[in-house]
Amino acid sequence: MEFAELIKTPRADNVVLHRPFHPAVEGTLCLTGHHLIFSSRRQDNAEELWLLHSNIDSIEKRFVGSLGTIVIKCKDLRIIQLDIPGMEECLNIASSIEALSTLDSVTLMYPFFYRPMFEVLEDGWSSFLLEQEFELLSSVTNEWRLSCVNKEFSVCPSYPPVVIVPKSIDDEALRKVALFRHGGRFPVLSYYHKKNGMAMMRSSQPLTGTNGRRCKEDEKLINATLRSGRRGFVIDTRPLTVAQQARAKGGGFEQEVHYPQWRRIHKYIERFNILQESFIKLVEACNDQSHNMDRWLSKLEASNWLTHIKELLTAACLAAQCIDREGASVLVHGSEGTDSTLQVTSLAQIILDPRCRTIRGFEALVVREWLQAGHPFQQRCAQSAYSNSKQKWEAPVFLLFLECVWQIHRQFPCSFEFNEHFLVLLFEHAYASQFGTFLGNNESERAKLKLPQKTMSLWSWVNRPEELSRFQNPLYEANSLVIWPSVAPQSLQLWEGVFLRWNRPSRFLEEAEEERINIIKYNKELQAKVNALRRQLAEMETDGEVQGEE
Amino acid sequence: VENVRLLDRLSSRRAVVGTLYLTATHVIFVENGSETRKETWVLHSQISSIEKQATTATGCPLLIRCKNFQVIHLVIPQERDCHDVYISLIRLARPVKYEELYCFSFNPKLDKEEREQGWKLVDLNEEYNRMGVPNNYWQISDVNRDYGVCDSYPTEIYVPKSATAHIIVGSSKFRSRRRFPALSYYCKGNNASICRSSQPLSGFSARCLEDEQMLQAIRKANPGSDFIYVVDTRPKLNAMANRAAGKGYENEDNYSNIKFQFIGIENIHVMRNSLQKMLEVCELKSPSMSDFLWGLENSGWLKHIKAIMDAGIFIAKAVAEEGVSVLVHCSDGWDRTAQVCSVASLLLDPYYRTMKGFMVLIEKDWVSFGHKFNHRYGNLDGDPKEISPVIDQFIECVWQLMEQFPCAFEFNERFLIHIQHHIYSCQFGNFLCNSQKERRELKIKERTYSLWAHLWKNRADYLNPLYRSDHSQTQGTLHPQIAPCNFLYKFWSGMYNRFEKGLHPRQSVTDYLMAVKEETQQLEEELEVLQERLANLQKSQSGNNKVKSKQQDRSKQFGLYTSNNSLANTPQEYSNDLKSFPSRSPSQGDEDSALILTQDNLKSSDPDLSANSDQESGVEDLSCRSPSGGGCLPSEDSGKDSDEAVFLAG
Repeated sequence: MEFAELIKTPRADNVVLHRPFHPAVEGTLCLTGHHLIFSSRRQDNAEELWLLHSNIDSIEKRFVGSLGTIVIKCKDLRIIQLDIPGMEECLNIASSIEALSTLDSVTLMYPFFYRPMFEVLEDGWSSFLLEQEFELLSSVTNEWRLSCVNKEFSVCPSYPPVVIVPKSIDDEALRKVALFRHGGRFPVLSYYHKKNGMAMMRSSQPLTGTNGRRCKEDEKLINATLRSGRRGFVIDTRPLTVAQQARAKGGGFEQEVHYPQWRRIHKYIERFNILQESFIKLVEACNDQSHNMDRWLSKLEASNWLTHIKELLTAACLAAQCIDREGASVLVHGSEGTDSTLQVTSLAQIILDPRCRTIRGFEALVVREWLQAGHPFQQRCAQSAYSNSKQKWEAPVFLLFLECVWQIHRQFPCSFEFNEHFLVLLFEHAYASQFGTFLGNNESERAKLKLPQKTMSLWSWVNRPEELSRFQNPLYEANSLVIWPSVAPQSLQLWEGVFLRWNRPSRFLEEAEEERINIIKYNKELQAKVNALRRQLAEMETDGEVQGEE
Repeated sequence: VENVRLLDRLSSRRAVVGTLYLTATHVIFVENGSETRKETWVLHSQISSIEKQATTATGCPLLIRCKNFQVIHLVIPQERDCHDVYISLIRLARPVKYEELYCFSFNPKLDKEEREQGWKLVDLNEEYNRMGVPNNYWQISDVNRDYGVCDSYPTEIYVPKSATAHIIVGSSKFRSRRRFPALSYYCKGNNASICRSSQPLSGFSARCLEDEQMLQAIRKANPGSDFIYVVDTRPKLNAMANRAAGKGYENEDNYSNIKFQFIGIENIHVMRNSLQKMLEVCELKSPSMSDFLWGLENSGWLKHIKAIMDAGIFIAKAVAEEGVSVLVHCSDGWDRTAQVCSVASLLLDPYYRTMKGFMVLIEKDWVSFGHKFNHRYGNLDGDPKEISPVIDQFIECVWQLMEQFPCAFEFNERFLIHIQHHIYSCQFGNFLCNSQKERRELKIKERTYSLWAHLWKNRADYLNPLYRSDHSQTQGTLHPQIAPCNFLYKFWSGMYNRFEKGLHPRQSVTDYLMAVKEETQQLEEELEVLQERLANLQKSQSGNNKVKSKQQDRSKQFGLYTSNNSLANTPQEYSNDLKSFPSRSPSQGDEDSALILTQDNLKSSDPDLSANSDQESGVEDLSCRSPSGGGCLPSEDSGKDSDEAVFLAG
């Protein structure tokens, strides 16, 4: 298919662009296969806006006489308005944008066409391999092994080809366990707590059904992570009633009779459409232009967004607490084990593992616990908060995770190597990107699409020194400890950097950020100078002494 | 009383046992056992309410709520002891004479001269001169020299030059409590001014020629503008209701060239209830997000804060952008008027956003113009209906502005919190009484100390590290966003949950940056010393070895070496740094000199800040950098608590 067919009017002049907090600008609008480009062409202050079609969440058109207006709402929550003279041009442009922003074939997406303008120093597709992770693990314990049982994606289509499992469990057993778990997602290692050797595993629900099926291999597998005489915790992200209802559909939960060493805790985390609705309501409240203070807080409350944040953080703290404080191993799962499960396991690692608070460590976490673990990004991030279509697969699961990280970051502003922009960047790229990283729903799909061969990885770009410097937190001081965030309502705030990003003046906050960077930079420069001088003096003094002796 | 248990609000398990002492000025709780013997000190004047709850098996609970938002929950084993404590505290918390207040016994060991110097730190005459008055349009009037015209006004008042004593006195008779229009802020750049007064006694139709002349005089003092704004900060309904009592507001038909404007800020009673409601939300034991947000919305607190800000923004805009003078009043002109005038001044003039300027601002708009500190903050036992968090709201407005303009203020959040604390503490004489007249009669300046001197002495603790006097945010007028701005007003947990450290960010960016800046300063000094030593050494060496050309080569080598070195700052050198310089991450080093230094500062900063947890804050805030170091962080516990429930359910 040629994109040209979809572009009826490739260019319009005298278009006026309106954005909040910016004066309206007149210029030329161009449509290409993947971008909407607006160029102001003003002599003094030429300005260009490039917008990926895939970033467009919804589009509305209005007419006053022959002047058409298009309102474009983006997945990164920005809203822009274009006034286009000429009814026909406007209609053409609107329908082109609509068509181009809703291409249904993945291979037509921009990442397959994007040619990087930078030199690739390190191929991000191979930056974070599970094998490397396992090597690190092997240096502290030999209780685990790398299994290739899923090499052809035949045992579990949503798992990566290699996984880490207890050493005592062979591939044959894993195959059996896979049959006993929803979608074949048998328990695998998510995190190993070096401090006390406790493990966090994740899986999907067991398929006990109504007649209480059991699977000896499954019991053996998860028991293999327990120290003798110690108990473990199963954190089920569904309420008990939902877990019980799941039995009717063949699902279920670990029965105490069969898992006597495990204590089950139900920690409810909302999922799918409820989250999506909450997201939509929150964004509506944030975009409300009315001038009075009334109702803002109740709208915020009604969206329930912060409630979800609080629940999620609490569940993650609980998992971390079981491991670090109770000295127990933990198994986390919900139904499919691809959403709330991953939120909990990845957040628990942020709390427990200082490495996950570095830039590379966080990237590795996202790769390991989200991309390789089979979070269906393509389904979940197909549409954002402005979409009118009622598809049921969308949910801001990853965004909630990022926001929770931000909440912890806010409480421990000196313990993270990255800054808020880094989290916002990941949010943007999960929804629309020139990179192939977040395409596909799991590793199997990515392999079929040949993404590593045909597209560029986000990590290849972001890990270049010049990009990296924008995402560094100047206040960072490595903190090797477990960080326990507060989950009290007073401690949680709206993530303005995402939700109010386009509706608040950010200049003064940016200036403050700049000041912080400068204060630290100047300090470091001085340190370097003083050290150099000290060394020089020391050498001169010893030289002087030597000479004195002569 | 011994064997008293101090409960932690968030966790029943974290109670500590200790001994309770009552002194003439403080309630003191000393923990048993632990080596540190942690102490909690609460000034009697901070106590806002004492509640004796039903006796339980473990003892008799006593709940003390403080005006600085501390809540202390004690359990006393014997009912009889509890009752005695309760009765004593009720008496002690409600002194009837000024002389009973702490400031008359507080002695920071300063001599007479130091005390006098302290009181001179803030000088309003100097301040009016700084603004640019007296000048061609404004003069100082001695009409109130013996408080003869208005007993709640200061003796020295600035009025328009064309306003004769006759006009002033006439106008004062037409204003509630005789609070005639007087200058609050003068804008040197364009002659526009902010004046303040009380409501006119207009009733339904009364007029007063002198009052009308007074407003004309204010207009004429700003030749660039042909009208003035009259801002009534009350809701229109309230103002209209006042007419029935012979008071009211200016009729545009009677006063030529005025534009009249209502800005609906609610009265002290509404504000008192609103705060009460918000504090109830803060006190909830483990609120859900919904409980909290609903409660906050229901209290209306942030809406009231926004109303005050809006009024200030309106006036600042009129003065700075339109160049129009403004007369502000409410009913008596000592509550809402003070709030609004000071917010507007703060927006207009960067000086008020410095530490010294902020002290001057409070002294000018609040202390000198007769804000009734004693009544509003209940220093002496009085009518509870007079109590209202008027200045608390102003302080919060400043904090909200600090959140929006992080580089604009020289001082930090702690400065605001400590001022709030001392408005209630009665440890310093500044905020005693209801007017300048009363303070003079009590000879406050001879018998008590000034808070400003105390804060100024410890100013290092109150600095905002992001402030630079040459930064763009510290120049000219601040323009807060007007719409949409609902979400800009946030709950201030640093104030209202001040004593629950677990709720706050565990690492303080401000403290961190201050430590860095302090270190930077040390480095600068050291750099200078080193450079000097280097110069000397080079001189002496070249002097000693003028014959040996070899040596000169060597010093050349040194030069090269240095420059290389400063370019490539190797990791090795970095670890040297860690030894020689206070590393700022206590999680690693404990012989951390900068850290200890800061702690000391904080401790000494306000040893008198009664609550011990406040002294602790320095330690806690800093050790926060090793967050889980203490396995006893309240919030962690909040997590634990909820877990527990689940554990049981599971």
